[in-house]
Amino acid sequence: MGIRLDKSWETLNPETIASLPAQLGVYQVADDDCNVLSVGYAGARHPFGIRSALDDELQFHGNQATKFRYEFTSNYRSRWDELLMLHLCDHGQLPEHQRGEEHRIGRLSPD
Amino acid sequence: MDFSLTDEQQLIVETTRRFVQSEIVPLEDHLDPDAGALEPQDYDRLVEKTQTMGFYGLDIPEEYGGPGLDTTTRALMAIEMSQHRAGLYNPCYGVFGGAGLAQLYEATDTQKEQWLYPTLRGEKKGCFALTEPSGGSDPARAIQTRGFKDGAEWVLTGSKLYISGADKADYALIFARTSDDPGRNGVTAFIVDTDTPGFHVRRVVHTLRATHYATELQFDEMRVPEENILGEVNGGFAIANDRLSRQRIPYAAGCIGPAIQAQEMAIDWAKSRETFGSPLAEKQAIQWMIVDNEIDIRHARYCVLEAAQKADSGERFRTEAAMAKLVATEASSRVVDRCIQIHGGVGVTKDLPLERWYRELRIRRVGEGPSEVQRLIMARDILGGSFK
Repeated sequence: MGIRLDKSWETLNPETIASLPAQLGVYQVADDDCNVLSVGYAGARHPFGIRSALDDELQFHGNQATKFRYEFTSNYRSRWDELLMLHLCDHGQLPEHQRGEEHRIGRLSPD
Repeated sequence: MDFSLTDEQQLIVETTRRFVQSEIVPLEDHLDPDAGALEPQDYDRLVEKTQTMGFYGLDIPEEYGGPGLDTTTRALMAIEMSQHRAGLYNPCYGVFGGAGLAQLYEATDTQKEQWLYPTLRGEKKGCFALTEPSGGSDPARAIQTRGFKDGAEWVLTGSKLYISGADKADYALIFARTSDDPGRNGVTAFIVDTDTPGFHVRRVVHTLRATHYATELQFDEMRVPEENILGEVNGGFAIANDRLSRQRIPYAAGCIGPAIQAQEMAIDWAKSRETFGSPLAEKQAIQWMIVDNEIDIRHARYCVLEAAQKADSGERFRTEAAMAKLVATEASSRVVDRCIQIHGGVGVTKDLPLERWYRELRIRRVGEGPSEVQRLIMARDILGGSFK
């Protein structure tokens, strides 16, 4: 099993968000060119799970965010950290608004 | 045995309890139910408080600047410090400080300068890498990571599994087989900086603990200087084993806190929740669960304090520590399970801490030596002889 989130991208808009089940999990949000803008999680504090979390992302990024992909998991905290570490390993830095997490997360050398 | 507390112990227990209830529990209302850390500003503020209280670095030996608590007092504090949602694996979110890897107190002066003192100052972090994919309950025989000497260096090749904190560690204490002896006399402990070429953290291992994950490590012909050996060549297992024995008492004590909290929650719920025209507390089925909880909690507490008192008095305490670990982990698991049953539907939601304690306590019956290994240890002491 691969550890990267490599599912197909889906279109990010209010309609697709509303069609998702209100579950817990992790996700990536990207722009038209598939540049990752956010690596996030939907936790138990989100009233409608991944729907609420993606609504927040849409509000935050506006029109720049057009794609997303996700994975349902109750281990959203450790999976989120893992995805952040993988992003850091692959890109050398986290998405701009998440740079504050770089001091907190660990380092992976998966390949 | 006399389990009454001294005036000083009573004061420490009450102070710790007040700290947990007034400083930690309110912050958890705003954290994710599976959170493993406080907001940095809250962490810094509370560390200042524990430093002022003289409780920072609880496990640091007195000669290195720690408060010099005896095992009994430390166990009593562990029971109190774990009485919040994250308390089982992250008591008070670490604001009482850490002591680093206990084995480093046996290191050479040069090694202490390089790894121990920076750790105590909060400048470096270490991790303990013993368990391998080949097994963890019998590490002396399971270790397949190999080390061979090449000039003034040792070359390590192999892998480790279920290692906590390796992805954030500056150095690792790694146990490798360095002779043809297939058992405990062929293992050496190496202190290895994690930026050494050949040291890889390959993946996160997700478990029932949703926030504190483990990792899998791989070592590819990692070259380690001779001076990084901790203790003697082929004497590493004694170093590992010492930790495994001593850790059992506080490990057991930490399990009791969530059980006490769960019991208090269940009692409150049973008194206020009504079914079929009367409170749950008036139903015999519920009363018996509450009573069974109380028996389990007291049994666990007695076993932990007995082990701690023996350790403090300089007596052999291996059997008592194993019994405390076995009883506390299993009894606390039963208590939290019953409390979920008493709560019904809300008991399994993330609105309450019960479901997190339930998941995390399940790991405690496996971690630091599973229940079956504790029974093996006790059987060896009770029946005499040793196992091949």
